[in-house]
Amino acid sequence: MANSIKVFTDKCVGCKMCENACPFNAISVVERLEHPKKFKLAVIGLDKCTYCGFCVQTCKFNAIELKKDVPQAEVDKNLYRGVWVYAEQRHGEVSGITYELLNEGKRLAEKLGTALSAVLIGSNIKSKARELINRGADKVYVCEDPIFTEFQDDPYSGVLTQLIEKEKPEIILIGATNIGRSFAPRVAARIRTGLTADCVSLEVDTETRNLQQTRPAFGGNIMATILTPGHRPQMSTVRHKVFKEAKIEEGRKGEIIEYKIDVQTLLNRTKFLGFIKDTSDTVNFDVADIIVSGGRGVGSREGFKLIEELAELLGAAIGASRTAVDSDWIPYSHQIGQTGKTVAPKVYIACGISGQIQHIVGMGSSNIIIAINKDATCPMMQAATYALEGDLYEIIPCIIKEIKSFRCG
Amino acid sequence: MNIIVCIKQVPKTADVQIDPETGRLKREGVESIINSFDEYAIEEGVRIKEKTGGKVIVITMGPPQAESALREAVSKGADEAVLVSDRAFGGADTLATSYALSSAIKFIGSYDIILCGKQASDGDTAQVGPEIAETLNIPHIAYVKKIELIDDKSIKIERMMEYGCDLIESPVPVLLTVVKEINTPRIVSLKGKMVAKKAVIKVLNATDVDADTKKTGLNGSPTQVMKIFAPLQKNGSGEKFSGAAKEVATALVKRLSEIRII
Repeated sequence: MANSIKVFTDKCVGCKMCENACPFNAISVVERLEHPKKFKLAVIGLDKCTYCGFCVQTCKFNAIELKKDVPQAEVDKNLYRGVWVYAEQRHGEVSGITYELLNEGKRLAEKLGTALSAVLIGSNIKSKARELINRGADKVYVCEDPIFTEFQDDPYSGVLTQLIEKEKPEIILIGATNIGRSFAPRVAARIRTGLTADCVSLEVDTETRNLQQTRPAFGGNIMATILTPGHRPQMSTVRHKVFKEAKIEEGRKGEIIEYKIDVQTLLNRTKFLGFIKDTSDTVNFDVADIIVSGGRGVGSREGFKLIEELAELLGAAIGASRTAVDSDWIPYSHQIGQTGKTVAPKVYIACGISGQIQHIVGMGSSNIIIAINKDATCPMMQAATYALEGDLYEIIPCIIKEIKSFRCG
Repeated sequence: MNIIVCIKQVPKTADVQIDPETGRLKREGVESIINSFDEYAIEEGVRIKEKTGGKVIVITMGPPQAESALREAVSKGADEAVLVSDRAFGGADTLATSYALSSAIKFIGSYDIILCGKQASDGDTAQVGPEIAETLNIPHIAYVKKIELIDDKSIKIERMMEYGCDLIESPVPVLLTVVKEINTPRIVSLKGKMVAKKAVIKVLNATDVDADTKKTGLNGSPTQVMKIFAPLQKNGSGEKFSGAAKEVATALVKRLSEIRII
């Protein structure tokens, strides 16, 4: 039995609402052959339809019926319990995303009445397990071997897969970093389960124990909530900075379990030769309280000098919209948004950035947003805590002058 | 070397928007294009071929109209084009998509390098590439920004990470997903356009590639879309400053000093 969707020809008036609403371009409204003069008819192209139900919600005439197949559980879901967080580490240091995941993972685990575990993979890494417990993990699985010294897809996905097959968690959260986004799909494909990328919000249904994973799609223009109803574990990669880091609770009780691995059973086809740290142009958004960001309105590479001047005065990091990066005014490492970095500083100053949703998803959780723009109606000005209408080339020099005189005065 | 490049036809995403008032999708005149990251994968494939010899086969899964994306890829230098198309593939998530593409790649047979763009601009998942590699049981390296060395046995690449680059060596066959920094795609030549016009697009269905339809399309997709909605828009409730630049700046700096930012 599969999903099915149909249009009731007696109810459809050919209003095109559904055609416009379909995110997948699957509906076309055509002439009715039998009554060319009468109402048109919506036809659903099954090769494109994903049964998302958007058209059903949109239709004012109840003319579309969607029957969703309740998928046969491919696994006995009751065998799977517990929430896991993959504790990402780089060169021996645990990444900040791990603490964010522990915070959200704890909330989900408590709601499900189950335990939260962290999986720590690395070499000489056991000393980091204690902090994971202090940050909310009830158990930490430690997988140590020289083979895990540096991140490589084969051994990392291999050991995580083994551990999942042995312990059977119901949910696994992994940071949507270059590491997480590279090896999580391998794990999901090997276990044959669902993986939802780049989640920005998570919720659980306590009855079905299904994880509701919300993520941006179509470059952030649409949000989609995804389920993995018939498979376990339910795997998500989660965007950086959408959840707050778990607080430290010294002396919290927890169990550290060393997972003995037979390294012979792991593939290790690629070879790590070295890491070249990006020193020429390091943009450390993580530690900056203030970010000054430039967009289309800056207009040129030279224009970014003004942005830099303001940033320097405020001790701020410099960000940019995709337009500014694509125009070659500033390197990609500064890009904030859907295809760049996600940031959440105390103050975000958006200079000449109109605030397309792709940019907003990357900085929307900043505490204070200051927008400087000629167009008072643009989305960034709407999102701003302080919206400054006018030419950034006039306003920013005045701000610089004012700050200097404020500091002297 | 035989190089397979996986591409996807996507809507020009900037045009797909939900009207926040009506909740309807504004989609008038949305054009279909080759996913922009895939353009770099095609270019890199052609460059490898120019260096080592061999051929570039471009492949996509999609409805019949995805043929135009394949023709465009041929105009950019691909030698052969394969469209994997079947009703049974419809509604696929990343796992089912990677299964269908892997089945087609197995059918094609011999390959040394498989190239994909980092991610597609409509789904942004970056999952299909690594999932294909897993299904074919070959290694993969994601976020490749440079191929340093390549010969018939191995490849050495730079992988872009958040704060630098990893140097990785891999045996071939291998699957690489590439980022924009890897190259600058060439302009399509008139000759390329002529070749593309006449190119024969090979169409493969589920039976041709011996795909188990329990693993394709909706049936083979562990994930399901529960609902789709417009993202929350902020409502312009912030404080507004307008007028002469000097006054605007003074007012802001006053606010910033009040909340102890400066």
